[in-house]
Amino acid sequence: MTGFLQNTFNGLVSGAFYALLALGLAVIFGMLRVVNFAHGAFYMLGAFGAYVLLAEAGVPFWAALVIMPVGLGLLGMALERAFIHRLTRLDPLYNFLLTFGLTLILQDLVKLRYGVQSSPYATPAELSGSVDLGLFDFPTYRVFILVFAVAVCVAAWWLLGHTRVGMVVRAATERPELTRAFGIDVGRWITPVFGFGIALAALAGVLAAPMRAVNPLMGADLIIVVFAVVVIGGLGSIFGSVAAGFGIGLIQAWGEAYLSDWPILSQTIVFIVMAVVLLWRPAGLFGREEAPA
Amino acid sequence: MRRTVGVAVVSTAALLVTGCGGGGPQSSGDGKLSGDRIVLGVLNDQSGVYLELSGKNSVKAVELAIADFKKKYGDDAVTTDITVETADHQNKPDIANTKAAEMYDRKAVDLILDVPTSSAAEKVADVAKEKKKLYFNIGAATTTLTGAKCNRYTFHYAYDTYMLANGTGRNTTEQGAKNWYVLYPNYQFGQDMERSFSAAITGAGGKVVAKDAAPFPNTSGDYSTYLLKAPTLNPKPDVLGTMQAGAELVNVVKQYNEFKLREKGVGLAVGLMFLTDIHSLTPDALAGTTYTDAWYWNFDQRNREFADRFKEATGTRPTFAHAANYSAATQYLEAVQAAGTDDADTIVDALEGKTVDDVFLRNGKIRAEDHRVVHDAYLAQVKPAAEVTEEWDYVKILKTIPAAEAFRAPSPDCRM
Repeated sequence: MTGFLQNTFNGLVSGAFYALLALGLAVIFGMLRVVNFAHGAFYMLGAFGAYVLLAEAGVPFWAALVIMPVGLGLLGMALERAFIHRLTRLDPLYNFLLTFGLTLILQDLVKLRYGVQSSPYATPAELSGSVDLGLFDFPTYRVFILVFAVAVCVAAWWLLGHTRVGMVVRAATERPELTRAFGIDVGRWITPVFGFGIALAALAGVLAAPMRAVNPLMGADLIIVVFAVVVIGGLGSIFGSVAAGFGIGLIQAWGEAYLSDWPILSQTIVFIVMAVVLLWRPAGLFGREEAPA
Repeated sequence: MRRTVGVAVVSTAALLVTGCGGGGPQSSGDGKLSGDRIVLGVLNDQSGVYLELSGKNSVKAVELAIADFKKKYGDDAVTTDITVETADHQNKPDIANTKAAEMYDRKAVDLILDVPTSSAAEKVADVAKEKKKLYFNIGAATTTLTGAKCNRYTFHYAYDTYMLANGTGRNTTEQGAKNWYVLYPNYQFGQDMERSFSAAITGAGGKVVAKDAAPFPNTSGDYSTYLLKAPTLNPKPDVLGTMQAGAELVNVVKQYNEFKLREKGVGLAVGLMFLTDIHSLTPDALAGTTYTDAWYWNFDQRNREFADRFKEATGTRPTFAHAANYSAATQYLEAVQAAGTDDADTIVDALEGKTVDDVFLRNGKIRAEDHRVVHDAYLAQVKPAAEVTEEWDYVKILKTIPAAEAFRAPSPDCRM
């Protein structure tokens, strides 16, 4: 039982990263109809930025947790204005290629300066112990990630449900044409929403730095699963992406724990789940099939 | 729309992971092989995970060897026209295959060096055999190079999975860590390592309490399931033997520390580790970890002198792969100098059975039977942070494993 609970907790911690990344992807897709391939690269930049801030300027984890999301969010907004924005009227393929290219450029720039070897990043001292959860001890840092990520998801949920921006985002995500027809200026929210999505990726990156290998390819490895998560949750569905994020984290952790005799299965379980979900609900668990235009 | 986008997303994402890594540098050669000219080819990873441990600095090491050779022989050198060709194989067997053929045929390369990644290394062995051109493998660990894939033109230089398993598995067990929990990545290298380690541990009177194959690549980056399991096994393992490499090793070690397994009485032994791994993880994270090293830069004065020169050229200390590339290039040039020709068959005859002692090869011998280059190896342990007084000087050598013990006997699979 203790083992099961431990695995469940760890699954939720992995899931927290998926949820944060998937949430960002979902709002970006919702507003822009752009599948942001550069999302993993921004996650990587978040982690790498935290490392550079600490190693070269002595900036601690807590400050990085604010600086990186804000900084990269602004960079994201600039990139949206400069490039993505110009391509949104064209075939979505153009933005696939743009963001894919952006990923390669960002990865290579980091590689050029810092190499591919992982960079060291220690857990902040105040979070390096462990917490007694009754049945078992759990690393403080993992508890922190879980609480923090859930708080961010809840905050995002509240923002979307209770503010005007949130209303526009939800409306534009669900029914873009109809929203415009009501005379709501969707356009002015596009850039800030893109920035917000990027900031979430950067935040996940900073959170990952103390417990994951910080290197230029860390985003590329993770993003595949995150794309699967978004597809399972329903592309553009905000709730779906968060729920699927935590769900996939759990399934992976349980898979590793209880299917360890079939390692190949724990490796592919995400994609098996995705295939099953798509067969059953082609638009994903919480997605809605769009009427043909 | 969403469905098509979904499918496109996942398929493009797959491309993103498999298709990364730019092309390597290419330089042109005039394609004419002449006895007056020696061309050494360094074929390795110059953009991916093995960039630091071999990569461009292996090229530097080979250049150092050429400079030393020229200095030693001056006007008596068989030729002063010695150049290096390099290419990036991106750790992909098909690219390694094409680049190797191109090096031999169009760039007039006499000898290919390095080639990390076992699957790529095997392909190059095939090309060397077919073209009857020399190949010294340094970067790859698979024992197939001196087994099923062995051939007259391929030599295996620095290390292999047997050496790692025998060194770390046997010696650590003999030093008292009887019970092991082995964690390995689920692909060829990891499976080979697990088999070799289990055999070495059992052979030394130890026991593999449990073994688990972790997904590879482990996209979640999480190893907590395995790490939490370790202290609960019965009997409790004395040591966790991890066969992960590169970023995956970093994840395992970070989380090993997070769950405080050392405090819970489970030590850490690493299957394959390079100096650059310790540097990136910091010695603090690895203090007390044992592993087998093929060479260590601060082992003695002779190594240190080389390491100082290497640092001058590259800004960093050499890994064993760098030192082995230097040694391999040197031994080849010496053989050509002695024979007065770069004819591959003549050089093979000259190298077979030769005993060598240089900065990398201690008690070295180029075995004629399977072209395994045997030499002393070392059981190393990462120092606690308090004992690290100089950057890059991260380990103490617990034991020298004599050449005769370090490597396996010639395999019956090898038919030259």
